[in-house]
Amino acid sequence: MKIMVAIKRVVDYAVKIRVKPDKTGVETQNVKMSMNPFCEIALEEALRIKEAKLASEVVAVSMGPSQCMDTLRTGLAMGADRGIHVEFNETLYPLSVAKILRSLVEVEKPGLLILGKQAIDDDCNQTGQMIAGLLNWPQGTFASKVILDKEKQVATVDREVDDGIETLSLNLPAVITTDLRLNQPRYATLPNIMKAKSKPIKKFTPQELNVEIRSDLEVLQVTEPPKRKAGILVSSVDELIDKLKNEANVI
Amino acid sequence: MATRMILGAIRKRAVLLSASHFLSLSSVSTSRYVSTLVIAEHEGGAVKAPSISAVAAAKSLSDDASISVLLAGSGPSLHEAASHAASCHPSISQVLVADSDKFKNPLAEPWAKLVHLAQQSGGYSHIIAASNSFGKNVVPRAAALLDVSPITDVIGISESHTFVRPIYAGNALSTVRYTGANPCILTIRPTSFPVSQKTVDSKPSQASISQVDLSTFDEDLGKSRYISHTSQDSERPDLGNARVVVTGGRALKSAENFKMLEKLANKLGAAVGATRAAVDAGFVPNDLQVGQTGKIVAPELYMAFGVSGAIQHLAGMRDSKVIVAVNKDGDAPIFQVADYGLVGDLFEVIPELLEKLPEKK
Repeated sequence: MKIMVAIKRVVDYAVKIRVKPDKTGVETQNVKMSMNPFCEIALEEALRIKEAKLASEVVAVSMGPSQCMDTLRTGLAMGADRGIHVEFNETLYPLSVAKILRSLVEVEKPGLLILGKQAIDDDCNQTGQMIAGLLNWPQGTFASKVILDKEKQVATVDREVDDGIETLSLNLPAVITTDLRLNQPRYATLPNIMKAKSKPIKKFTPQELNVEIRSDLEVLQVTEPPKRKAGILVSSVDELIDKLKNEANVI
Repeated sequence: MATRMILGAIRKRAVLLSASHFLSLSSVSTSRYVSTLVIAEHEGGAVKAPSISAVAAAKSLSDDASISVLLAGSGPSLHEAASHAASCHPSISQVLVADSDKFKNPLAEPWAKLVHLAQQSGGYSHIIAASNSFGKNVVPRAAALLDVSPITDVIGISESHTFVRPIYAGNALSTVRYTGANPCILTIRPTSFPVSQKTVDSKPSQASISQVDLSTFDEDLGKSRYISHTSQDSERPDLGNARVVVTGGRALKSAENFKMLEKLANKLGAAVGATRAAVDAGFVPNDLQVGQTGKIVAPELYMAFGVSGAIQHLAGMRDSKVIVAVNKDGDAPIFQVADYGLVGDLFEVIPELLEKLPEKK
């Protein structure tokens, strides 16, 4: 069985982002970019499944401008066998990403698709669910534990839900999206980074995959959130209780 | 060559302009009649609070909107929930009930198909659900079946097709316009659409209750099965709706020490929250995590103990009315968003608070 993992290049999670003065978006020039943290977890899980001899190959897919190749190389250095880059230079919304993935699934025929639960830039949390819907595959979102049964072709998934943990059993092929606690992603070692340079990355355009990119969303503006008014430091518990009681009226 | 490119660009732009003109015209005509389907959850015979917030959001789309609520499940608690839905908010005009064993558990596959079916017969202009683990799981799948882009975690509605949502862990707000075909699908952040007790009490009109015709519902349900659900029962209020939240970070050092925070929570009638570090260290279960990837809260009072205030944590609590931070490190970023900060050792501050706080009423 082949596993396909979708990875996204995003502004590094530790960067304090800046909104562009013309309100068209967020500054991404000269800002450190990395693989979306949830995608690292997705890739790690795929690699662990392969290492447990439950999968034969891990294919990493990324979509976007040419710099996504760097993200794919990182994925290959972590251990993915090969990469696919779908080049597109404008904004891709989750629906388009899901449609491109559907076409790639038709080409590659993976038995499992793993994605992160959300990208930390647009915070959408949609792509995994949408591709599962398009393929009519079952979905295991927000996974904190995945157990594959190769004989029965079933994945048992623990999901992080609002009030605890829910366990589902999914027939393969299926889509799984990863939550933070699924695993601890590995670091790419230097020899593996060198090896990754010779691993193949196939290139496609959406046209070649017969996907028409049309968008039904338009970003009108991006602004900074309202600033909170400056707070004060209190010097004692008594003063704190007094302020909460008499100034803020919350206790 | 260059001229041709420019001409081509202008032509393309002109086409785009006329297209958007056409779209804006058509959105004007649809905005006159807004009919919304609210996907609702229920528990113990009542509609859950986040779903009622989704009704409040539906109401703010348009004053004369018609709002239908979709409930699914089986057994007597579904029908109790349906009569609760019929009277829980004066703006609800219709309650749709899908009664089948297929909806006994909140699985995305049958639910997405159900939303698709309801849209085919109802032709709604909008579909709304709360942005919680249920809504986030079901809504994008349903949107894909309907071939439209959903909009996640809406915190503001400025027009029937224009919405505000946070991006980059709440460090930027994006205003987006939906230009596609009906339905316009959103999940809303419940804390941004509070339901006032006054609205609920104001002599609600009894909405009609009707059954969804499931005769054409042909979802193959063999593909996913519900196995179990585990949760820790808590006497304390639900984190998402609590009026007061007390949160601990890594500095609490152990699960044992978290008990101290729980005592404080009991005294304040508060819910307990945690940072990712505290959850990863195993002090508390993951469903207490507050942040970009955990729960988003906006209580009246948020008290953070031993929380440094990482970007990802602030994303989950920055809209709280009053924020109190107690931290040993006076330079911790949490103090930049705190209304009241106390630089001190939480192991001294919490016992002192426990001693000096007035008993809750």
